[in-house]
Amino acid sequence: MTRSETDPAAGPVQVRGTVLTVRRVDAYCALTMVAPGVAARFRPGQFVALAVGGPDTGMLLRRAFSIHSVRPDHGGTVEFVFAANGPGTRWLAERRARDLLDVTGPLGRPFPVPRDPASCVLVGGGYGSAPLFALADRLRERHCTVDFLLGAASGDRVFGALTARRTGRTATIMTEDGSLGARGLVTDMLGQVIHDARADVIYACGPMPMLRQVTALAARYDIPVQAAVEEAMACGIGVCMTCVLPVVGNDGITRMVRSCVDGPVFRGDQVRWDDIGTIPFDAFGAPGWESRPGRAAPAAGRLASGRPAGDGRAGPPHQQHLPGRQ
Amino acid sequence: MTADLRTRLGQAELPNPILTASGCAGSGRELAQFFDISKIGAVVTKSVLLAPRAGRPTPRMAETPSGMLNSIGLQGPGIDAFLQRDLPWLLSRGARAVVSIAGGTVDEFAELAARLSDAAGVSAIEVNISCPNVEHRGQVFACDPGAAAAVIEAVRGRARYDIPVFAKLSPDVTDIVAIARACVAAGADGLSMINTMLGMAIDTGTMRPVLAGLTGGLSGPAIRPVAVRCIWQVRAALPDVPIIGMGGVKTGRDALELILAGASMVSVGTAIFHDPSACPRILRELEEELASRGVERLAEVVGLAHEPRTAARRGSFTSNIL
Repeated sequence: MTRSETDPAAGPVQVRGTVLTVRRVDAYCALTMVAPGVAARFRPGQFVALAVGGPDTGMLLRRAFSIHSVRPDHGGTVEFVFAANGPGTRWLAERRARDLLDVTGPLGRPFPVPRDPASCVLVGGGYGSAPLFALADRLRERHCTVDFLLGAASGDRVFGALTARRTGRTATIMTEDGSLGARGLVTDMLGQVIHDARADVIYACGPMPMLRQVTALAARYDIPVQAAVEEAMACGIGVCMTCVLPVVGNDGITRMVRSCVDGPVFRGDQVRWDDIGTIPFDAFGAPGWESRPGRAAPAAGRLASGRPAGDGRAGPPHQQHLPGRQ
Repeated sequence: MTADLRTRLGQAELPNPILTASGCAGSGRELAQFFDISKIGAVVTKSVLLAPRAGRPTPRMAETPSGMLNSIGLQGPGIDAFLQRDLPWLLSRGARAVVSIAGGTVDEFAELAARLSDAAGVSAIEVNISCPNVEHRGQVFACDPGAAAAVIEAVRGRARYDIPVFAKLSPDVTDIVAIARACVAAGADGLSMINTMLGMAIDTGTMRPVLAGLTGGLSGPAIRPVAVRCIWQVRAALPDVPIIGMGGVKTGRDALELILAGASMVSVGTAIFHDPSACPRILRELEEELASRGVERLAEVVGLAHEPRTAARRGSFTSNIL
């Protein structure tokens, strides 16, 4: 079932957003718009998809951006962060106050949050950290502790370092050129941060190689990872089938699932990181795949996990994998 | 005044001619979050195969000028899941279902037609013999009149008599009229055109093809003139055969263009990715286009561009190509 069937208020809306501000934040841009229905429905980890280029544009594909923050002002504002490095994002960077944007959202499965207080490490790469601050607020409401581990190629590409330092119990910054924090990758320090924070769960958002590494490291400490993936999308709502990646369901079957509606947040250990960009031979419906006797024909295109799509209260991370504290 | 938009699909009547295009609307579920899918003419489903299929590897998509390339490769759960889950859901929403089918052999197409005929509520079958994202060109039945006819004959033979069978044609052929004639002679009740055109993009940064599948199907407004040409040619040769037109329709004006060329129904595809509400918007715009021209019935303008001196006859048209 789709979310809209179980809870109509939780589904996405398509609205005309009004730009409030577009500002430079170091190497990135942050765009704030009034988008009432989107702000009201938002949960951390969800994203918006925007049409770019105006009504007569030749750019047909929607651009998807994690929501950085929402506020109740003006009936509900939404802010997202992006790097203006293509024609669509440059068009967005040129928007001015009162310009209109065609927005759909909030889209995708949000970060599940623990039912009970837990120690949470939030790992962000580049502007992948953008959705982590709203998540941190929500986690603190649940009396969780939040430790940040942010990294990027250089200091101007670490999004939200100040906020992380101000609001996190700790904030560890890593840059490849050493221009901010320590020199190196976030994964160089992850073990240390996990240890110091006595982490119960890791939330991560950033480039795929980082997410894969974080998941692999967390497995050593037997800590669950909730990873928000960045996969190219055309529509953001689940109809174009371009953003698929191989994910193992709770029934053990790998399916090519859509990161826009089955994600963007996945349990790290269920994503077959090394097989992204391929169709694994044992994936549901792969060439030569056959339904084995005694195996119920599962439904493709979704996880058969039965995880609640709302805020995942009944699900991971806390109960499914009890953290193994050393 | 609003024009009478009703149009015929076989024995059935659709309230209006705006449909989704196969592969761009899933089975309607996702779009139902944004509009009432019972209000458009019909939902044309993503192509259903006998067995589940994982599709092609990623990257599967590249944006191109006024268009996009896709190489999804017919990913889907197969006919069992479709009949169990998707079709009943579509019908429960009051939507009309045109089911697109695809297969690797004539027998697979025939079996799919039989399975769909056992289910209630299928408004029509669209036979996708033209998906470019398959293992080899030999599987693109629509590139050869004999192969196309064999599939259509088998489907028509197994489909219930009252379910119209539409053959979906590829523009990537020398003579689309020859393919259209072969399909109609084999029993097709109508024709859908056009499927995507085979295309390719190379990333000049990595100096490698963008798509993992190397080639993909080009869709979007970039191919609309090709759709208009194909519909025009087939309508001229086979004026009595109903046509579902598709290819780059983004506005009501675009839909009207395909209708003037000869389509009595219009599917909206890639535009849905740009705007999930594209179908109801285009329907509204089409109504306005017709009203502004004083057209009372959709049927009046289907294929109208073929009539000589149309503008002089109606007197009130002004060119709006600029």
